[in-house]
Amino acid sequence: MAVADSHDTAHDDHHDHGEFIAHHFDSPEQQFDSGKLGIWIFLVTEVLFFSGLFVAYTLWRNHHPDVFEQAHVFLDKILGGLNTVVLLFSSLTMALAVRSAQLGKNKQCSLFLLITMVCASMFLGVKAVEYSHKWDMGIFVRSEFAYTGGHDTSGLFGLSQYLVNLSVIPALLLAACVVAAVVGKLTNKALFGSFMIGMAITVGGYFLGAFSGVVYMSATGGGTGGSHASHIIDSQPLMLHAMTVDEKSDEHDTDHAETDGEEHSHEDGDSHEHADGDAHDAHSADHHDDAHGADHGPDPTKFDKDIGTFFSIYYCMTGLHAIHIIGGIIALAWLYWRSLAAHWRPDYFGPVDFVGLYWHLVDLIWIYLFPLLYLIE
Amino acid sequence: MADHHDDHPSFNHPAPLKLLYAVFFALIGLTILTVVVSSLGLPPAIAFPVAMLIATAKAFLVCAFFMHMLWDKGFNILFFLSSVLFVSLFIGLTLTDTSEYQNTIDAFPRAEDTAAP
Repeated sequence: MAVADSHDTAHDDHHDHGEFIAHHFDSPEQQFDSGKLGIWIFLVTEVLFFSGLFVAYTLWRNHHPDVFEQAHVFLDKILGGLNTVVLLFSSLTMALAVRSAQLGKNKQCSLFLLITMVCASMFLGVKAVEYSHKWDMGIFVRSEFAYTGGHDTSGLFGLSQYLVNLSVIPALLLAACVVAAVVGKLTNKALFGSFMIGMAITVGGYFLGAFSGVVYMSATGGGTGGSHASHIIDSQPLMLHAMTVDEKSDEHDTDHAETDGEEHSHEDGDSHEHADGDAHDAHSADHHDDAHGADHGPDPTKFDKDIGTFFSIYYCMTGLHAIHIIGGIIALAWLYWRSLAAHWRPDYFGPVDFVGLYWHLVDLIWIYLFPLLYLIE
Repeated sequence: MADHHDDHPSFNHPAPLKLLYAVFFALIGLTILTVVVSSLGLPPAIAFPVAMLIATAKAFLVCAFFMHMLWDKGFNILFFLSSVLFVSLFIGLTLTDTSEYQNTIDAFPRAEDTAAP
């Protein structure tokens, strides 16, 4: 294909179908290249934005690998894996949607975009089941952490109340989309009607995901965090000192042995007790006694708080990722509308390509989050 | 399907369908592999690099084919990959500094301890 040919084509299109070519661009190609550079710059800022959380993760894991090893039993590999597959599949359909747009096949493009959006919603549905299951067990961010191991069935249909509360928003959205679709059809606004049907199907994906998650959870007896997790915690209680004392520093320990020697001499000599004392070395003497007063075995409140740090990081990383999924769905909905309106042509498909790049980046981040959070052993 | 190049402007490169499907199945295969490897009970010193290696292989597939990086302009690729450089600087430099103030941190009471009467 000669360059001159393509230039001619582009030039002709500029006059015939120039409706989406902004006046400050010479050619569709220039407009496309500018947009592409723009989206790459945006993706770089996204990578750097997420990198802060990856730094937090790396530091915590580096200093306290024990916390991560114990906390990961609360995460379900199978549910995480299911979500990975759903997201990878949505990436495939997104790539196919870009291809359809490049070929000017608008109808095909809208179908692939719809599948992508449904997968994105499914991902959020599974995530909602995962989150609500953790909240039932009292697994929150560190400051709110209060592990009970409970399994809530007080909500609608014997579901977790948290899951029911989370599902209120998609339920309202679904109802609104169905009503809008009906109104669109009744008033002969075909484009609006079709768009709203697509949106209703998209929101339906959430319930499909949540349903599969709930079915999986009941099939595996409440999923992880059940007997397996409590067994691990009972057998290897996590200690307070893991979080506040640099246990590798020998001189450090000797230091405290000198200052706290008196107190430690009448402790039971258990290394755990010793380390626990170290963690409190900055406190007044009576506080110190309090800390040891009722201390027969690990103090559940303290170990719980520590493991909560992992979940602070977990909620921040997966939560920020989920926000990006929601943002992606909104951008995809915009593309879906424009596909239905048959805007894409071989010389104008930029928006699909750009949102596609964003969508693949969201997938890319999950590709790293999945082994980092779910596959710790 | 992919031979419509003639009526396409030069910046339009539809990816071959077979390639997209092959990449997808490779990604699924690598996902299964990483789950299996994590279940083998390898020591963390091996398991972690292996998991990251597999994740990076997946990232390469997504970048190169789904994100059309192989057909993109060199400047865009350079630009995007430079973010990886800065992320590694961020993580690397922070890690080297992380133990520096450990004694100061240890001297601080935990939040819930100070709250106690």
